[in-house]
Amino acid sequence: MNSARTLATAARVLRQLRHDPRSIALMLLVPCLMLFLLRYVFDGSPGTFDNIGASLLGIFPLITMFLVTSIATLRERTSGTLERLLAMPLGKGDLIAGYALAFGLLAVIQSALATGLAVWFLGLDVIGSPWLLLLVALLDALLGTALGLFVSAFAASEFQAVQFMPAVIFPQLLLCGLFTPRDRMAPALEAISDVLPMSYAVDGMNEVLRHPEITGDFVRDALVVAGCAVLVLALGAATLRRRTA
Amino acid sequence: MVNYPTGATGATEPAHAADNTTDTAAAVTAHSLTAVRGERTVLRGLDFTVPAGRITGLLGPSGCGKTTLMRAIVGTQAKVGGTLQVLGRPAGDPDLRSRIGYVTQDPSVYDDLTVRQNLDYFAAVLYPGRAHRHDRRTAVDRAITDVDLTSHADALAGRLSGGQRSRVSLAVALLGTPELLVLDEPTVGLDPVLRRDLWNLFHQIAADRGTTLLVSSHVMDEAERCHRLLLMREGEILAEDTPEALRHRNDTATVEEAFLHLVDAAAARAAHPGTGHAPEEPRS
Repeated sequence: MNSARTLATAARVLRQLRHDPRSIALMLLVPCLMLFLLRYVFDGSPGTFDNIGASLLGIFPLITMFLVTSIATLRERTSGTLERLLAMPLGKGDLIAGYALAFGLLAVIQSALATGLAVWFLGLDVIGSPWLLLLVALLDALLGTALGLFVSAFAASEFQAVQFMPAVIFPQLLLCGLFTPRDRMAPALEAISDVLPMSYAVDGMNEVLRHPEITGDFVRDALVVAGCAVLVLALGAATLRRRTA
Repeated sequence: MVNYPTGATGATEPAHAADNTTDTAAAVTAHSLTAVRGERTVLRGLDFTVPAGRITGLLGPSGCGKTTLMRAIVGTQAKVGGTLQVLGRPAGDPDLRSRIGYVTQDPSVYDDLTVRQNLDYFAAVLYPGRAHRHDRRTAVDRAITDVDLTSHADALAGRLSGGQRSRVSLAVALLGTPELLVLDEPTVGLDPVLRRDLWNLFHQIAADRGTTLLVSSHVMDEAERCHRLLLMREGEILAEDTPEALRHRNDTATVEEAFLHLVDAAAARAAHPGTGHAPEEPRS
């Protein structure tokens, strides 16, 4: 790994995005718009908005970064630039860390906007520190980046890559406790939800929502999400091959 | 399986190539080189050398294994057998990554970056860190000038024409002043003027920078522009020699005719093993 090459890669990814202001606007504004909508959908029951709003603050960055990364790395694979880079003195870790850094930065901005809007303008009632919400959101974004990178190895086209979103994300969305508490699901589903990383992202958000201080459960949730992100990033690195058939 | 009379020794070097006999070192040496893609054997036990500091043309019809051979040399091809030495190292050695420039057939550049931004990034991969900022700038400026894209330096690569994009791709390969340049069909689809300019650039790079070039093409008329040729067909090397020697030995006016002659001779040998004579009529 070489930090200068990692930074150059991150700068390049951001520079590519800068030529595409529409994507940036969609990434940053859509989560805010959804929260805004949600606030007035649950106009009569602020408690529900607190629950779902906090969970969504963890889910948005995951989904956005998953989509963005899977498409971006797929384009890197199909355009031949990946092969070119791997034939040059660039470490796989440099490439992956560069992507994670660039999209991580974007995720921080996205999460800061969404969290700020929810907490200060939409009256999301958080007992814990908004900084912790931001931390979980960032970890979720990293997890999304990692998952996107990983599945892009199995997609032959951008069309397929988009189809991976429902396949990888929707089951987690249904089982993460957003719609109903996980301990009230069928035991088999609860067991499955225990091994899906998004469950811990949502649990972590809910810990911040309800507790003024950092709880042991929050630390566990944050570590699980971070650990999954690192594990999947490593799996993603393994899908980058210098020699291909 | 080696069915060509003169090998790497080059016993019939003609006059114009002989003036450079000091450059007899080989940049690439292959022995019984094989490559398998899926179930198919794409390279069938090749033996050849690419002399250092010269332009070697790799000619043959589409699908004959040129790209696979080039990828093997660059070290991006999986399932390669036999021995393949590149610049004194086994192909694919990490040490070679900064010493070889490779241009794929389809331009591999970022369409959503400008020409200069593309080159800036690849230069940062080759010369990372603040200390090399000046080197990077010089290398990028030179590469843009080399491929004559100075007036388009700030245009998005995706907005350029096909020929311009492939020149951006070439510029990336020129960045690190590589010792070996592997160019996969760099002139395909270009207009004649541009093709001539690019060939002049290749010769200039070989002469001024001592770079070895391996250039593939399926257009036989480009053969005359090379110092040396590898004629390839169906995963085998048909002949390895200078264009003059190939024409002379096969008693033909062009390399294309010599190629056809060699193909027919090989087909005849395959059909009637033991007889040395080839039918005379060219293939249609």
